[in-house]
Amino acid sequence: MTTLLSSFAAAAPASSSDLVPRLPLGDAVENVVDWFTTTFDSLFETIRDVLVWAFDVLADVLGEPPAWAVALVLVALAFVAKGWRLAVGSAVGFAVITGVDQWDNAMDTLALVVLASLVAVVLAVPLGIWAARDDRVSRVLRPVLDFMQTMPAFVYLIPTVVIFHVGVVPGLVATVIFAMAPGVRFTELGIRQVDPEVVEAGHAFGSTDARILRQIQLPLAMPTIMAGVNQVIMLALSMVVIAGMVGANGLGRDVVSSLQRVNVALGFEAGLSVVILAMYLDRVTAALGSRSKVSRALATANA
Amino acid sequence: MTGLRAQGVYKVFGRRPNEAVRRLSAGASRDDVRQWGTAAVIDVDLDIRSGETFVVMGLSGSGKSTLIRMLNGLWRPTAGRILVGDADLTKVSPAQLRELRQRRVSMVFQHFALLPHRSVLENAAYPLEIRGVDRAERLRRAGEALELVGLGQWGGSLPSQLSGGMRQRVGLARALAADTDVLLMDEAFSALDPLIRREMQDQLLELQQSLGKTIVFITHDLNEAMYLGDRIAVMRDGRVVQVGTSEQILSEPANDYVASFVADVDRTRVLTAGSVMRRPASVVQLGGGPRLALRTMRDQQVSAAYVVDRARTLRGVVRDSVAVEAVRRGAESIEALVDEVPSVVVDTALGEIFALAAESSLPVPVTDAQGRLVGVIPRVTLLEAMVPPTTTGEHPVLNPDPSALELAAVGAPTTSPTPPGDGASASDPVGVTQTAADREARS
Repeated sequence: MTTLLSSFAAAAPASSSDLVPRLPLGDAVENVVDWFTTTFDSLFETIRDVLVWAFDVLADVLGEPPAWAVALVLVALAFVAKGWRLAVGSAVGFAVITGVDQWDNAMDTLALVVLASLVAVVLAVPLGIWAARDDRVSRVLRPVLDFMQTMPAFVYLIPTVVIFHVGVVPGLVATVIFAMAPGVRFTELGIRQVDPEVVEAGHAFGSTDARILRQIQLPLAMPTIMAGVNQVIMLALSMVVIAGMVGANGLGRDVVSSLQRVNVALGFEAGLSVVILAMYLDRVTAALGSRSKVSRALATANA
Repeated sequence: MTGLRAQGVYKVFGRRPNEAVRRLSAGASRDDVRQWGTAAVIDVDLDIRSGETFVVMGLSGSGKSTLIRMLNGLWRPTAGRILVGDADLTKVSPAQLRELRQRRVSMVFQHFALLPHRSVLENAAYPLEIRGVDRAERLRRAGEALELVGLGQWGGSLPSQLSGGMRQRVGLARALAADTDVLLMDEAFSALDPLIRREMQDQLLELQQSLGKTIVFITHDLNEAMYLGDRIAVMRDGRVVQVGTSEQILSEPANDYVASFVADVDRTRVLTAGSVMRRPASVVQLGGGPRLALRTMRDQQVSAAYVVDRARTLRGVVRDSVAVEAVRRGAESIEALVDEVPSVVVDTALGEIFALAAESSLPVPVTDAQGRLVGVIPRVTLLEAMVPPTTTGEHPVLNPDPSALELAAVGAPTTSPTPPGDGASASDPVGVTQTAADREARS
């Protein structure tokens, strides 16, 4: 008995690496990605073409006209969304971006963020609605979302580069995956938070499920969903630097190259431009969120 | 018009509802079947007549909210049938159920359940919108419904700009705009302040007089139940323990549970003159002479008599002093001696009789709608009616502990000033003064 124990104690440290055999998880994922790439090659090709086309259109719209014209439109948007203070702040911000010669990069980045956020929201909101209506979907989705949000964002770049090659698309796809999670979560939360009695009232007067979703659940969940959209945009912006590593145009590329060349000046200027863009997008989307009918109705209650 | 019927209805939430129902119908109690599910409604039979206000009364957890939600198919019974008119809710398709909710059964909710992003008018028009009524028409009808509840001016406001009572009026207007025969009201006034609540109760009664809908009203407040309901079903632990008019429940509570509720009822609001009045003892005909009047008073040992004409219509009273004077004068008729006397009709609530009774030394005369004398209410009867009955139909309200009775019997001869049972009530005034002092200190 004692010999057995002592032999076990002696063996344990030596065999600790053998106790759990080496799991070939990484190889498995690689095989899956390989299989995916070859099997759905034409599908990925189509997605790539569509995203490249959409990005080019958006980048052209933002980049082709003179800087002052685009800036004017963005400032006007800030004025409509919030008021003159945000408009003045935005104008100063855009002037700084132009002053450090980052306008073109900033517009590329903006195009990337807008496109990625759009795709993420289009995918996230229906998923969130589905999760809100079905507990099983919610249970399955929750760990998947955790995974998507906490996996280091660089990791997404590897398979997306394999699948979509270098350029703007892998960065875009990685950004969508990374930024989607809060969109799903906030949509689900928003719909689940809608007063069940109001939903019941919809049923009690003979409304269909689709109509209840459209006329009651979505409008009442809108402030929360908009908070989610705001988060999606912020996360998307945080990804643009990473997307710069795989060759996406924009501020991210300058940040990456300044890191490689240890260029403090360029790094700061590009970084500052990202901050200005982030603040602009955050304030404008937050203001748009609080302009929904429900938010205004609730605001009058407190007034 | 449409009545509602529930036949052997069960609702069990949980893992094995059918097993629970099987055991419940075999006589198991709610606690016995806990492992198979939570029995919210157990073997309920109701027959709600067209045009009546039917109140379901019970404390929270008694199953009343579950019951009302089965009446419009929001929840499906585990067993039994729900009939709205002749449609069996347990058999209709989802589309038919929606149709039925759009056209025949509408609902008012405890916390109003208005759409906060829509104006009051659009909220009231919501059921018509679902039904596909075109915009101009539905807004017109919603406007009429708002007018009915006295919110005609507020159509353009948002619900958040209204007070609680006004919001619930919008909820009521919304249900009225749907123009269904059946109106379900789920604790509709429970979230309102007491004063607003009284106002809403009065308004509902007033509206119901002209609309004549079939109303099912859920409440946990017996006072409200008795004030509003033509009939009341008292629920406890998922079962209906008594169905009857408020007076039936007040005077013949089916068991201790109902009796203990009844003890708290504001009887002045529920009881009517007709339910407590006594046979008038001293009544004389208008044609009779003063001598006859005096003899009647002497026989009854009272100092006045009510005077009625041939149709028994109450004309007033004649007092002994005037009658004696008239006899001395040799008057033949008492017609000139009659004093006017205030009277009440049979369905007057007792609360309104107190002032009259306090002012008059005579019993308050009670007449029917045609003004005929049908009874009188002596002051003592009025006071007596305020005390809850001490026994129910079958059992005493309180099951006195035999040992306590013995103690009291032993205690009595020793002339102890406080019998053992009075300990609690003796300490009570102290508590009252304390709270009163607290209140003073705070203010």
